[in-house]
Amino acid sequence: MWSFRHIANEIHAWLSANFNPTLTLIIEMVLAGVAVIGLFAALGLVLVLMERRVAAWIQIRLGPNRVGPKGLLQSLADTLKLIVKEGLTPDGADKLMFNVAPFIAMIVAMLLMAPIAFAKDFQLWDLNIGVLFVSAVSSLMVISILMAGWSSNNKYSLLGAMRSGAQIVSYELSAGLSILTIVVFTGSLQVSDIIHAQADGWWIFKGHLPVWIAFVIFIIAVTAETNRAPFDLAEAESELTAGFHTEYSGMKFALFFLAEYINVFIVCAIGATLFLGGWMPFHIGNWEGFNRVMDYIPSSIWFFGKTFFLIFVIMWFRWTFPRLRIDQLLNLEWKYLLPISMINLLVATAMAILGWHF
Amino acid sequence: MYEEVGTTTEGDLVINVGPQHPATHGVLHLVITLNGETIKKVEPHLGYIHRSIEKMCESLSYRQFIYVTSRMDYLSSHINNHACALCVEKGLQVEIPPRAQVIRILMDELTRIASHELWWGAMAMDLGAFTPFFHAFRERESINDIMEETCGARLTMNYMVPGGVMQDIHPNFQKRVKDFLVQYKKKIHEYDELVTGNIIFQNRMKGIGYLSPEDAISYGCTGPAARGSGVSSDIRKLYPYEIYDKLEFDEVLETAGDSFARYMVRIREMQQSIRIIEQLIDNIPEGDFQAKTKAVLKLPKGEFYTRVETARGELGVYIVSEGGTTPYRIKFRSPGFSNLSVLDHIARGSKIGDLVAMMGTLDLVIPDIDR
Repeated sequence: MWSFRHIANEIHAWLSANFNPTLTLIIEMVLAGVAVIGLFAALGLVLVLMERRVAAWIQIRLGPNRVGPKGLLQSLADTLKLIVKEGLTPDGADKLMFNVAPFIAMIVAMLLMAPIAFAKDFQLWDLNIGVLFVSAVSSLMVISILMAGWSSNNKYSLLGAMRSGAQIVSYELSAGLSILTIVVFTGSLQVSDIIHAQADGWWIFKGHLPVWIAFVIFIIAVTAETNRAPFDLAEAESELTAGFHTEYSGMKFALFFLAEYINVFIVCAIGATLFLGGWMPFHIGNWEGFNRVMDYIPSSIWFFGKTFFLIFVIMWFRWTFPRLRIDQLLNLEWKYLLPISMINLLVATAMAILGWHF
Repeated sequence: MYEEVGTTTEGDLVINVGPQHPATHGVLHLVITLNGETIKKVEPHLGYIHRSIEKMCESLSYRQFIYVTSRMDYLSSHINNHACALCVEKGLQVEIPPRAQVIRILMDELTRIASHELWWGAMAMDLGAFTPFFHAFRERESINDIMEETCGARLTMNYMVPGGVMQDIHPNFQKRVKDFLVQYKKKIHEYDELVTGNIIFQNRMKGIGYLSPEDAISYGCTGPAARGSGVSSDIRKLYPYEIYDKLEFDEVLETAGDSFARYMVRIREMQQSIRIIEQLIDNIPEGDFQAKTKAVLKLPKGEFYTRVETARGELGVYIVSEGGTTPYRIKFRSPGFSNLSVLDHIARGSKIGDLVAMMGTLDLVIPDIDR
């Protein structure tokens, strides 16, 4: 079947024929970078619009519907506004840290794109510790938030950043442990291995109770890690005006905003990859005909369908629940989620050793 | 009132919440002293929206000054107007036609529901849930439409005049109110499903911001803020005006004294208002909607005081007359001011997030506090 691999191979063959190997590698890296930035921008626009339409749908109103056909160009108009806006730096701010922080957020989000398999054979970097890479790099996000909060010289920002620090560091544990559940079942940290292990059924179907628990904990933990409601204490509009990015404006604010949405996309993509089979179509045991029909649906549609479903769930949380308080937030993690995920991991390990999963 | 000495020590974080802040719903300025996330002291600074309404009223005639009071507690402007009209009528000693009395009560109770709807949405928004605001506005819109049809305005109605109401109700009034009742009863369960029953919401509200009955009385709290602590303070029951003594409704009391109790008082009060409207909507007596009064009103020399129950508590109007066409002195006792004064007392020792929730349960309207 036709796949993205063919395009990549064509490009690679053409480049190899015309340039020397070093230049070929450099050009390919640049092309990959441009592709990521393009995807980045496109995702940002789509997700912001999607969030606003989902919110409007939940709140019995219409949402953006004036700019372009059915309001589809609203995000472009917003971006244009943010680009032409002045990027203020407060007087007492630490100039270097203040200006670097949004870019760190951005770089982290871009790095996380690397090990994600967007479709069959379409992955920038299938490194053998893919899942570990994701957990490691995603924890760098907290550095940019702390930098932004500290350097703004604003008390609201500082409070928001401190909350965010405590929150992200705590919830990283649960997210990591629930990812480990799948790693234990698969026996590999490589993203492509994890997806291929789900060829005969996604982990959510063949992993029994431990995987369901891990999935629920994963969704809760990543919602907290990406600072989304009901865990949006770092921003907490009604308490801290805008939390760590209170002093940011223009494009620097937009970078934080974009990084937040891209992070949501990435954690949902990871969730879809680990628990829902990534680009792997939905297969039922020996139903040959059914499985063939499912295979005809392109793998990218499977991947983006699952990812956007999870994104929708996270948006649904945001527009339904009130916000937790900081002590309740930490209690939830340290007293409930962490012990549960530890026991869950033990059970999953026992199951993997005894071969009790399908 | 504040322990100025010894509360703020070196290393404490002092934050100015407001006058422009999303949580204060207006130009309230709170200076809070923090130890980490824990509140050590809350100091409200007032005066950002002071328009000296009381002084303005001294130069306006007894018909004119009522309109200014719509701008005090703008969410219950009907009830403010009602209080002033009652006070002037007390001085004039006019008899109000029964039709006007019933229309006045209907309008008051509709206003009370509309005000509590807005409070419910804003309170959920303070806790970080944005959706309830739009659900509340769905019902509030219908009330505003009813008001618009009869009074010609949606927020500052200026419908009550000394002697009755300004004009008769719109022919559609009864039908639209009944439609509203049907719509409201169909949707009321959504409120509980979306907010009241939510586990996060209950954890944020229960046991937070405890106000003892003794403190509620000594700080002068009225309205739902006091009734949440079990202090009976419903003016409609204690000192009935118009025909409230002939109506069947309960004074809503909760005894827990925390934020959740104050929340439940308002939720249940909406039901009681519905009960009152249901009793009256089909029984509006025929007759005049306004008593005959002179074109230029003159109150006899003396002092007059009336009190009514607004959506936020007891509103008192005190008029001193020298016998002229304008009042010599007017003083309003607004519920918001006393309810705000208790904030420092109940907020100490809790977290910043709770402060916002407590302000929500006190239902502060800043122009009512500053006047």
